[in-house]
Amino acid sequence: MSLIRIYGLFLRHFYLITRSFPRVLDLIYWPSIQITLWGFISNFFAIHSTYYNNAVGVILSCAILYDFLFRTSIGFNMLFLEEIWSRNFTNLFISPIKIGEIIVSLVITALIRALIGLVPAILLTSPLFGISMLDLGIHLFFLFLSLYTFGITLGILVSAGLLRFGPSFENIAWSTMFLLAPFGCIYYPVEILPQFFQNIAYSLPLVYIFEEARSILIDGVVNYKNIMNAFYLNAIYLLIAISLFYYSFAQARKRGTLINIGE
Amino acid sequence: MKNLVEVKNLKKKYGTKEAVRGISFNIKQNEILGLLGPNGCGKTTTIGMMLGLLKPSNGEIFIDGKKIEENRIETLEKINFISPYIELPKKLTVKQNLIVYCKLYNVSDIKNRIEYLVEKLKLENFLNRITGELSSGQKNRVSLAKALINDPAVLFLDEPTASLDPEIGDYIRGFLENYKKEKKISILLASHNMNEVTRLCKTVLMMKDGIIIDKGFPEELIKKHGRKNLEEVFLKLSRSNNELN
Repeated sequence: MSLIRIYGLFLRHFYLITRSFPRVLDLIYWPSIQITLWGFISNFFAIHSTYYNNAVGVILSCAILYDFLFRTSIGFNMLFLEEIWSRNFTNLFISPIKIGEIIVSLVITALIRALIGLVPAILLTSPLFGISMLDLGIHLFFLFLSLYTFGITLGILVSAGLLRFGPSFENIAWSTMFLLAPFGCIYYPVEILPQFFQNIAYSLPLVYIFEEARSILIDGVVNYKNIMNAFYLNAIYLLIAISLFYYSFAQARKRGTLINIGE
Repeated sequence: MKNLVEVKNLKKKYGTKEAVRGISFNIKQNEILGLLGPNGCGKTTTIGMMLGLLKPSNGEIFIDGKKIEENRIETLEKINFISPYIELPKKLTVKQNLIVYCKLYNVSDIKNRIEYLVEKLKLENFLNRITGELSSGQKNRVSLAKALINDPAVLFLDEPTASLDPEIGDYIRGFLENYKKEKKISILLASHNMNEVTRLCKTVLMMKDGIIIDKGFPEELIKKHGRKNLEEVFLKLSRSNNELN
């Protein structure tokens, strides 16, 4: 692995962000809108729901966590799509950058993009709704790390699809998060789902992350089993995603997709 | 001069369709080889395989003695490519693009390399401008700078002067001639501009339907086929039934 090449690809996207104020605004705008909206909904439920009445920040905290996942995943896909849209794809793939270096570089850049959007949104929650994400304590770090890993995993999976099938896979890139959201049990406990859906939900790390967030915020109980389950599943899915990305690259070289995408 | 590029019995199949059907050729150091042929004859597929973007179905490609399939990254460090169909990120300045590609190619002295290319290709007036806002001629020079960023031993050019006005086209051709002489690099030139090919190339390969149907010096081919210029030879071969060799 060459840190210089990783930095080179990071720099390509960093320049893009810093050169364009509308791009930065776009990164901040949607998370802020999302969090403000969920903040008011959260306040409403806190007053009118018995489930949430002791924990004003539960829905909002989960909304922030979900948005972090969403931004990370979409961020990774956007970085990959950016190369296709700018017709720079061929230049990138004929440079001596390794697949692993591309993944590492995009993983770092996606995190920075997500944080640019999310930090201002999180800062908004305190003055507007009197809620602090820090109520989750040190465990907040583990939840964020878990969501980040899963977001990146989804990003790599979708990018693998883009490599293998070309730009026609773009629509899938936008829809993956919406497909998984119902199974993630972001705003409701997993028991609400029918049994079959519960089985699917338990096979994803999301349910453990959001159950854990609710457990800490509502009951004040930390369940390390949830955190560990999320990490185990994340490790498995990440390994599958990276393997699939390498496989897609090999297939794209075989089928000529790299040439078709690039021009 | 040694062979910097060796292509042996190269084939590429997409399903049942054979895009390239067993071609072999070499490019010597300090040589420009022209690759000609009608659209769909397999030129892009051939170049794609030489750039490592495509996996050959059969055959071997050696760059400076190294087999590309087994030494992909090492080989990519020694080659580069320019085509009007690919672009550099439009929102970045010229300088930023060059810095990014210096990093991707692990260029050791970035400042000096960029200064050298800026001077050689006369980029100083628009070095800090957004790449997407440049004229096609300026963009072409920037793409050429990117293609030379790693001081390549082998350069692949796919219609390098397409869509350029005659004056800029002539400048680019002159630049390539001088750069090849100075650096003793090998160049593969795919072009539909027969004057360009006649001026730059020592040897020419004519491709059709995935095979090489003729090859030789441009003057030799003109004489052999009894035509006035390379364009007429191209037309004759393109309309033939692949039985000239």
